[in-house]
Amino acid sequence: MDAILNRWCERVRAAHADSRPLSLHGSGSKAFYGQPAAGGGEPFDTREYRGIVAYAPSELVVTARCGTPLAELEAELAARGQMLACEPPHFGPGATVGGMLAAGLSGPRRMQAGAVRDFVLGVRLIDGEGRLLAFGGQVMKNVAGYDVSRLLAGSLGTLALIAEVSLKTLPVSFAELSLQLDMPQREALARLATWNAQPLPISAAAWADDCLWLRLSGAAAALTAATDRLCREAAAAGFPARVADAALANAFWQSLREQTHHFFTAARGASGQSQSLWRLALPPTAPALADGGYGLSDETLIEWGGALRWLRGGDPDAIRTAAAEAGGHATLFRGDAALRAAVGVYAPLPPALAAIHRRVKNAFDPHGVFNPGRLYPDM
Amino acid sequence: MSGLAFAPPRFAVDRAALVARLRAVLPDSALLVEEEALRPYECDGLTAYRQLPLLVTLPENEAQAQAILRVCHELGAPVVPRGAATGLSGGVLPHPDGVVVSLARLKNILAIDPATRTAVVQPGVRNLAVSQAAAPYGLYYAPDPSSQIACTIGGNIAENSGGVHCLKYGLTVHNVLRVRGLTVAGEIVEFGSAAPDAPGYDLLAVVNGSEGLLVLITEATVRLTPKPELAQVALASFADVTRAGEAVAAIIAAGILPAGLEMMDKKATHAVEPFVNAGYDMDAEALLLCESDGTPEEVAEEMARMQAVLAASGATAIRVSQNEAERLKFWAGRKAAFPAVGRITPDYLCMDGTIPRHSVGRMLAAIAGMERRYGLRCANVFHAGDGNLHPLIMYDANQPGELERAQAFGAEILELSVEFGGTITGEHGVGVEKVTQMCAQFTPEELALFERLKRAFDPAGLLNPGKAIPTPARCREYRLARSAADAAPPAGEAY
Ligand SMILES: Cc1cc2nc3c(=O)[nH]c(=O)nc-3n(C[C@H](O)[C@H](O)[C@H](O)COP(=O)(O)OP(=O)(O)OC[C@H]3O[C@@H](n4cnc5c(N)ncnc54)[C@H](O)[C@@H]3O)c2cc1C
Repeated sequence: MDAILNRWCERVRAAHADSRPLSLHGSGSKAFYGQPAAGGGEPFDTREYRGIVAYAPSELVVTARCGTPLAELEAELAARGQMLACEPPHFGPGATVGGMLAAGLSGPRRMQAGAVRDFVLGVRLIDGEGRLLAFGGQVMKNVAGYDVSRLLAGSLGTLALIAEVSLKTLPVSFAELSLQLDMPQREALARLATWNAQPLPISAAAWADDCLWLRLSGAAAALTAATDRLCREAAAAGFPARVADAALANAFWQSLREQTHHFFTAARGASGQSQSLWRLALPPTAPALADGGYGLSDETLIEWGGALRWLRGGDPDAIRTAAAEAGGHATLFRGDAALRAAVGVYAPLPPALAAIHRRVKNAFDPHGVFNPGRLYPDM
Repeated sequence: MSGLAFAPPRFAVDRAALVARLRAVLPDSALLVEEEALRPYECDGLTAYRQLPLLVTLPENEAQAQAILRVCHELGAPVVPRGAATGLSGGVLPHPDGVVVSLARLKNILAIDPATRTAVVQPGVRNLAVSQAAAPYGLYYAPDPSSQIACTIGGNIAENSGGVHCLKYGLTVHNVLRVRGLTVAGEIVEFGSAAPDAPGYDLLAVVNGSEGLLVLITEATVRLTPKPELAQVALASFADVTRAGEAVAAIIAAGILPAGLEMMDKKATHAVEPFVNAGYDMDAEALLLCESDGTPEEVAEEMARMQAVLAASGATAIRVSQNEAERLKFWAGRKAAFPAVGRITPDYLCMDGTIPRHSVGRMLAAIAGMERRYGLRCANVFHAGDGNLHPLIMYDANQPGELERAQAFGAEILELSVEFGGTITGEHGVGVEKVTQMCAQFTPEELALFERLKRAFDPAGLLNPGKAIPTPARCREYRLARSAADAAPPAGEAY
């Protein structure tokens, strides 16, 4: 296995010497995501370095090579009653562990359990000069040196080639059930703001098709008590509430995580001719987007208890302004390459922060070898 | 008393010019220049290191902090940010050519929002004050270092501090949404946001635990947690520490994530009991504190499961707190462990390594061997659920050679932590104390990346210089010394 890393280090060293860009990829499940690379770059497939290196359930840690299929890792954890609690989306059958970390995307449980970065304990990486380096480790608490491992979450392969990652695992909940509360968007947002401040075992909250879905996780007794209370409060306000069929509920959460829900597939369209998909990360109490006075559509899907809102199409400037005004930011999550290049996938950074970003990139990859332009055009 | 030397890189600073320039931008009360006034700022909780700063500043707002940084940057003077100075690794030890910036006066809680479960605070706000201000809303700030009465949010972020509840609720890095700060050149920057994430690199992750080397923190948005309806703690006695260590692993393996999982060995409980009368079992070789929180139904279910695992793991006695007063009493002993040990010894060094949970027994056996070899006592307190150890090495600084022996003892524990696959510091930071052991944990190339990362934030290298990251020369010396020691015949017993 180390022969592979040796070969990779040599390849990166050569690319560094010639200032020749490399385009890092796993299965390509998230190739749609990020800034379209201007100059291309030589494809660099990470999938040959694969396999789980160590898994100690009683230590709550798993270490896997970058090319390990995420599905394989999750199956291994599930067999021991554990999970990656950030519920990262796969977006394709071949999604890899390295791609998961590089994309840094999290699923329905994010607000309760944390994001991908919150579960990263350590990495082995190859920097832009072809050096194999290790940061963090397999233990829960580690403040020796800067937290380079977490920094890689969401770096989209622009800082380093992630060779191996150690992740914190968590036991799956003893019990889980979902509730469906039929209510319009504004009512759902208001209810979430109230329930959010209380010690309720809500592990996911989403609103779609005029229905607020709540997933409850924890001890069986606690779920019964919470179910009674939430259904009672919704019913008292005139909104029908019920415990969802388990299979239906699983399918629903899975369709959010993998964006197979019709809200998302409708954006992609049958003919391949697609609408853009905007991801707005906001403080959870932000008002309904259409109420902001920016002319945004009221057709939305809400996740993360209100902190994540999706929009199909819309005027990029209006969307960016509305998100910033509400205290968050908007990402052009899916869209054709021309639009992504024109408006930028990620919200622009203020000058002082942008300067730090460029110097951080330079600290890892001084010749701009790794995925140049994938995060921001000038990085 | 003997002390230890701090030998940071030096800077040629014109003190008179610096004073004149700072006087021009600060009220008189925000600038200390007399030696007598500077004296209280010479150290933090690691009192073995002391150093007078050139000057101390106490800004009352962000604009004054910004003005201070601009002047220092222009005149090439190093800057050392300071919170409550409860740090245990010498992070706020002044620089002999530098200016201490105390954030003590930036102590306002700017907002508490129950609907988003967040608080916006200035850096000098004390950790416990956040929870107190959030209490009327049924919320609290989860990371609870034992020093929480005194330590500040700015210091917590800079150290990525932990507490007894971080196994379930996370470290500081998991509970800070946004940091606003100043670069050393005085530019305002924000990392993270009030939303769940922010565009660009996750620099917020790097700012947490950056030990005052990257930015001066002037404001933070922290996550608040709903106060559980009920919390209960089980106090389990064990006839040997290895068994207690195995019980910790068994609890986690059973799929339980306790709200707190702490261990104390007999030396620690014997130091603590006369001090706080917690009612600890004085015959036990090790005590485990295992907490459950949530709704009453949840706690009842989880507590039953915990007790079953503890009993099956060979606990000789188990007591469960019957009310809140008793729960707090059980915890009081653990939370007072450091000061309690401070009462039975003139001085102590607190170590902070983290190791995989399964090697806790081996580590304790090794520490027992070191106690004999160095002729010093060591009490052990652990965040057992996280594998984070706090061996407290007792010594008397007035006895020639004891401080040096205590240091060598500590260094050996840290190096063994690295050997076991762990780290030299779980929550107290590297500071000046463990800067040499960084050479054991990282290669020169990894250390060089840290240095480049520092320069990405602080190109001039003026923020808290000489801390956290060793110079290449220091590591060369360390490696030479180590290889000489390895070549010599082994001294004392092996473990
Ligand atoms: C009795 C006792 C018990 C303790 N228990 C724990 C524990 O359980 N868990 C734990 O993690 N720690 C513990 N500690 C260590 C210490 O309390 C923590 O590290 C704490 O977070 C330090 O906070 P402070 O405000 O005192 O920071 P200081 O000691 O003043 O500073 C610590 C570091 O932070 C930097 N800093 C401070 N403020 C800022 C700012 N505004 N901007 C940039 N940098 C800044 C300083 O430069 C320094 O490097 C304990 C200490 C004591 C004495």
